[in-house]
Amino acid sequence: MNFRALLLASAVSGTLFSVGAHAADMTIGFSQIGSESGWRAAETTVSKAEAKKRDITFKIADAQQKQENQIKAIRSFVAQGVDAIFLAPVVATGWDSVLKEAKEAKIPVVLLDRDIDPAGKDLYLTAVTSDSVHEGKVAGEWLVKTVAGKPCNVVELQGTVGASVATNRKKGFEDGIAGASNVKIVRSQTGDFTRAKGKEVMESFIKAEGGGKDICAVYAHNDDMMVGAIQAMKEAGLKPGTEVLTVSIDAVPDIFKAMAAGEANATVELTPNMAGPAFDAVIAFKEKGTVPPKWIQTESKLYTQADNPMSVYEAKKDLGY
Amino acid sequence: MALRLPRIGTSQIVALAVILLANWVVSPQFFDIRLQDGRLFGSLIDVLNRGAPVALLSIGMVLVIAMRGIDLSVGAVMAICGAIAASLADSHALPVVLAAALGAGLACGLWNGLLVAVLGIQPIVATLILMVAGRGIAQLITEGRIVTFTSPDLAFLGGGSVLGLPTPVVLTLGMMALTLAIVRGSALGLMIEATGGNPRASALAGIGTRLITVAVYMWSGLCAALAGIVASADILGADANNAGLWLELDAILAVVIGGTSLFGGRFSIILAVVGALIIQAMNTGILLSGLPPETNLVVKAVVVLAVLLAQSPRIGGHLAGLGVLFSRKKP
Repeated sequence: MNFRALLLASAVSGTLFSVGAHAADMTIGFSQIGSESGWRAAETTVSKAEAKKRDITFKIADAQQKQENQIKAIRSFVAQGVDAIFLAPVVATGWDSVLKEAKEAKIPVVLLDRDIDPAGKDLYLTAVTSDSVHEGKVAGEWLVKTVAGKPCNVVELQGTVGASVATNRKKGFEDGIAGASNVKIVRSQTGDFTRAKGKEVMESFIKAEGGGKDICAVYAHNDDMMVGAIQAMKEAGLKPGTEVLTVSIDAVPDIFKAMAAGEANATVELTPNMAGPAFDAVIAFKEKGTVPPKWIQTESKLYTQADNPMSVYEAKKDLGY
Repeated sequence: MALRLPRIGTSQIVALAVILLANWVVSPQFFDIRLQDGRLFGSLIDVLNRGAPVALLSIGMVLVIAMRGIDLSVGAVMAICGAIAASLADSHALPVVLAAALGAGLACGLWNGLLVAVLGIQPIVATLILMVAGRGIAQLITEGRIVTFTSPDLAFLGGGSVLGLPTPVVLTLGMMALTLAIVRGSALGLMIEATGGNPRASALAGIGTRLITVAVYMWSGLCAALAGIVASADILGADANNAGLWLELDAILAVVIGGTSLFGGRFSIILAVVGALIIQAMNTGILLSGLPPETNLVVKAVVVLAVLLAQSPRIGGHLAGLGVLFSRKKP
């Protein structure tokens, strides 16, 4: 460990002497996956804004969901001699050779949102990601605190079967409610992360649980499914937000609208601001030689109706979600 | 002679009944229906309501398949038309919104029809083009985000009710009746079957096969447009990435379960809709059963296999030998 730190430190001093970078005249390239979801679009928007805040020249390459495009983009950033490269890897494997090229050119690489396999290697400076197990745990702990010892039957809308985010958010929630024997998951089905399926699955949960009277809370692995579930509850004559508690993950703008209307209770944010901490890590590394930890975990912030949801909605609605 | 089952369709109707009974076994409140805000409410209504998009698609698909064609683009056309409807809903009156969305569906069908009938491209390839490109077009319309609307007029088409029945169910019944009236009320149905059976002979016999082919693909596009409008109206928004995703396969399955041959030449619109209901009854049953989601697809595959096997003349013959319900009159 010490030996590696020493190696890195010498690499640092090398870069410092050769570049002598300063935040204001820094150029950073970002290989973004593409526009796969609203969250991804918001991440791009926020990254640009964060770069502007720090006077960094920020170049974004859209890979259109293809790894070969990302590899090309990284090579071109290396050829341009940028000060750092951000990479949101579309897949986990196959990065070794291109990241070695960046390393040989002494350009630090920061991973955003997703890690690569094998993780923790010295091919990259640090990875800024959210912990999806932790997100589920925050949701579960909120529910345990809110029901305060009363018995509570929870129905769960899972993400796509086999998706790691779905597995992790399920596990995290189970961890979060593990200590509370009054909170039980009575039904769990996949809603494929979509509004339409979330609504359909919720409709059948309501019928299967005595018209919804036996449901105390809904936990959805993303906000979109929850928006569908809220519609299903309203159509069944239930009052989501008061009769049935809701907690979901992602913090997309539409859930804040529902929270402002009193129809949703809580959401855990998957922040689109992965670039902010990454910029700070790169600047500290370049200017002071501070080596960041291999993993920078973003905050999984909990929003409830008390957090002025309408103003959050206004702030988020133009980010591209 | 007291109870004679209809010659065709027995196995489909028996299959639907068996699945509904199975649903009742896993969930005893399955047949409970009550009124909720002037609207019928219950699992059986869910089957009809959730089955509506696939039933609509299958009404168009059955005609295409009867002509020995196939339309893989219907899911993407749903996404396009749903996106158009949702984008216009808050700024335009309902008739304009519907005209734009249905018009887009007809245009998509015209494109498919021209590729197949005029350029002579194989239907599976011709419609694959729009299947891939169509979703991209829908994403361009929505700019990759979920476009939401608040217009109560459009929302009524998804969440409203007519005489207690959900609007999507009423729209599906209307579309089915209209299609039946057109193709079975005239010689058109016969011409479609003839074209599917032998296009060359049909053309020589004086049938305008090219025009009929284009018209049938346009009808399929129209049905898909209506399904897309219903899907958007249901969630009060257009989700271009997911609306109608893989539903073309469900629609083809519904048609096949309904006994229509992929080799064309004969078709039944009503049985295709029954096929769509069989698929949805199964989906709803799985959701009610509380089985872990990892088993969804396996259960679905086993049931579909059982339904198709029950329809196979060979298996049907063996079952008849056992004196079971599946008996058919041998010619």
